[in-house]
Amino acid sequence: MTVNTSRRGFLKAAAAAGAVLVVGLRPDGALAAGGNAAQINPFVKIGADGRVIAIIKHFEKGQGPATGLSTLIAEEIGVTMDQIDYEFAPSNPEVYNNLAFGPFQGTGGSTAMSNSFMQYRTAGAAARAMILEAAASATGANAADLDVVDGMVTGAGDPAPLGQFVAAAAALDAPAEPTLKTPEEWRLIGNPDIRRLDSRIKGNGEAMFGMDVYLPNQMVAMLARPPQSGGTVASFDDTDAQAIKGFIRAATLPNNAAVAVYAENTWAAMQAREALNVEWDLSDAEYFVLIKVSGPRDLAAQVGEQTLYFPLLAHAALEPLNCTIEANDDGGITLHDGAQMPTGPHMALSQILELPMDKVRINTMLCGGSFGRRATPSADYQVEAGLAFAITDRSRPVKLVWSREDDMRGGYYRPAFGHKVRVGLSAAGEIVAWDHRIAGQSIMKGTPFESFAVHDGVDGSSVEGVSDTPYTIPGFHVGLTDTKKATSTLWWRSVGHTHTAYAMEVMMDMAAKAAGRDPVEFRLAHLGDSADAQRKAAVLRLAAEKGNWGNAPAGRVQGIAVHKSFGSFVAEVVEISGTADDGVQIEKVTCAVDCGIAVNPDVIKAQIEGGVGYGIGHVMRDEITLTGGVVDQYNFPDYEPLRMRDIGAIETHIIPSAEPPTGIGEPGTPPSAPALANAIAQAGPVVGVLPMINDGVSFA
Amino acid sequence: MSLKLKLNGVDHTVDAEPGTPLLWVIRDELKMTGTKFGCGVASCGACTVHVDGFPTRSCQTYIEDVDGAEITTIEAIGDTKEGAAIQQAWMELDVVQCGYCQSGQIMSAVGLLTENPKPSVDDIHDYMDGNACRCATYQRIRAGIQRASVILEG
Repeated sequence: MTVNTSRRGFLKAAAAAGAVLVVGLRPDGALAAGGNAAQINPFVKIGADGRVIAIIKHFEKGQGPATGLSTLIAEEIGVTMDQIDYEFAPSNPEVYNNLAFGPFQGTGGSTAMSNSFMQYRTAGAAARAMILEAAASATGANAADLDVVDGMVTGAGDPAPLGQFVAAAAALDAPAEPTLKTPEEWRLIGNPDIRRLDSRIKGNGEAMFGMDVYLPNQMVAMLARPPQSGGTVASFDDTDAQAIKGFIRAATLPNNAAVAVYAENTWAAMQAREALNVEWDLSDAEYFVLIKVSGPRDLAAQVGEQTLYFPLLAHAALEPLNCTIEANDDGGITLHDGAQMPTGPHMALSQILELPMDKVRINTMLCGGSFGRRATPSADYQVEAGLAFAITDRSRPVKLVWSREDDMRGGYYRPAFGHKVRVGLSAAGEIVAWDHRIAGQSIMKGTPFESFAVHDGVDGSSVEGVSDTPYTIPGFHVGLTDTKKATSTLWWRSVGHTHTAYAMEVMMDMAAKAAGRDPVEFRLAHLGDSADAQRKAAVLRLAAEKGNWGNAPAGRVQGIAVHKSFGSFVAEVVEISGTADDGVQIEKVTCAVDCGIAVNPDVIKAQIEGGVGYGIGHVMRDEITLTGGVVDQYNFPDYEPLRMRDIGAIETHIIPSAEPPTGIGEPGTPPSAPALANAIAQAGPVVGVLPMINDGVSFA
Repeated sequence: MSLKLKLNGVDHTVDAEPGTPLLWVIRDELKMTGTKFGCGVASCGACTVHVDGFPTRSCQTYIEDVDGAEITTIEAIGDTKEGAAIQQAWMELDVVQCGYCQSGQIMSAVGLLTENPKPSVDDIHDYMDGNACRCATYQRIRAGIQRASVILEG
């Protein structure tokens, strides 16, 4: 975290600097290699001791890129997972950018593996080729006859540790197009026995999250924010706060948006903020106006119609938002942060603190969950920290800490949406018309991302999952009405699919029921020959088979849903006991996933398990509501998280694939809620209003 | 006020105002960061430590109430046989995702196995109900406790 100034650390660093092979990729994709990590922004570093370090350009919120990208490097070089470590990359939007985002470094849209797959394999393969070339020179062997196996160079006499050839390899030019290993040669990619590289430190207290930054002489800052979004500070009185031991001072932020309370420690900051009296100017404050959805119209024969309502939702990651800013000796600053999109805060802090970009460094820490919240286009909490730091004399590090209540009430919610869907069936029970109206608040409009995310006035994230459905539907009409209020909404694990998958899949079940057809058979009949439709059909069949579709044990019913998101296809069978009236218990969820090449199968299973839990947990009982523009919920007692007893077993089956890897962090979420709704509707009502407890559903 | 704590076997004298939560003494004063702040209202369990052997939410435990107590945190729980078994099971099954709640999950799970070495699924659900995991790693936590129970049997 901080520069190692101990003599031992210095000597170790100096020795390592003498013999290290670094391989990176230039912005144009060309390989660069050498022996100086400061000159080449590396994707991989190999020391003379043979230790391999993967430089991870994505942040780790539990979704697994530290393990996944390290797997690619280890595979291509030929080392075991015990011989590789990882470090998080510094902020550098030219080199460590997300290829799906352009010149912007960040993690989102379930792209960490898909955009990095070729980059990390290429860097690893180049390192391997250079080591083999150096070994060939040293031994007189032909490089083509050599191999790296478990960190040992083989093929020229006794196997030799690859570290022996690091110094010589660092003097070579990187190959233009290194040869990648073929799937037949893979030993790590696709191996279900590969374990996470961060398991140990996350089980013994060693893992360092942003919240765990304790720099010498640091202050803790907490902000008193207006009760309504858009309010400003009129005045404040800190007389009572001054009585709190450890209170340092209070000051209004330069943008007038909040009062910063500085203290010697977190508890003093919390108490002092509580003791602060602030007069707010709410004349320009936002009042959320929630969209209203009108009731159903008269239905024509054989036509199903349903209105669906989706509330605001908070992300509520377990680590409350925080970050720390400290001054560096060179006049710049370092931000310590579980930074999901480093380029955003990098630019924002450069502006606020009037520093050139190269004087702003970002130390990416582990983060205790995000679900999208740490990636605001406005870099909201890093900007707060920057402003709070800017108005000090900058001699002491400032750690900005949010409380759980700040997090719950601080905006950036999954927007509320309403859908009205009418489905027309032919006499033969085929869908002939689908009229789909969506109303809600755009996530992208009014943000810096509007230019690439909004086309012809349509924010794609409001309609994704409906407008691009792989189902064969003649007479398909989708309409969108969106509002552009400045209140803060944000992507939330699976973005638009959080509501569109629910609408599509609940309607498919209603239509199947109206047609008197089995929900699986009905869906398959509406999946044509396109590649997407076929992949969707395959996961649907697999989930139905593994979930024993149609043969639920006595006392249980099943629901199914299938959805494509972030390039991946997931089908889920939810099996429940009980009814909406007497209490539903979720007994079992059987999932089938096609996410292309499964790099880390066990991480994929974990992401599906987590995605199911995140989706189901919220639709059961969670919502953010406002009264007079003020958020009603405070903390977990008002926003009850999923608990262990809520879901029985979750079983995941992965479809073998040779397609490039696609998303896995988010795709497990969209089908979970509609599959639950469809199970409930087997013996009860269609659940049109979420959370389900607001529509007459009780849970055991 | 000045208080005495034995944290992970080491005696500490700390100076803290009455009403200060044990959590903030452990983190801000003693710089033991494995114990996490999640909610501050004993609703998520991330701050769970053992006070005289019992799992306790440190965010709602006032410092004056633990004067002279023996506190164990995640950093030392591996020294107990139940803690070692749980940590082994957690690694075998790759229970963690983001990992932020896992210190608290492990401290509660150790409490469970210490009291009840062969818990039923219902026992596990009852005991672990107060430990939230926003990544929803619950089924691996459940399986991890069952696996640790087998490890402890030898």
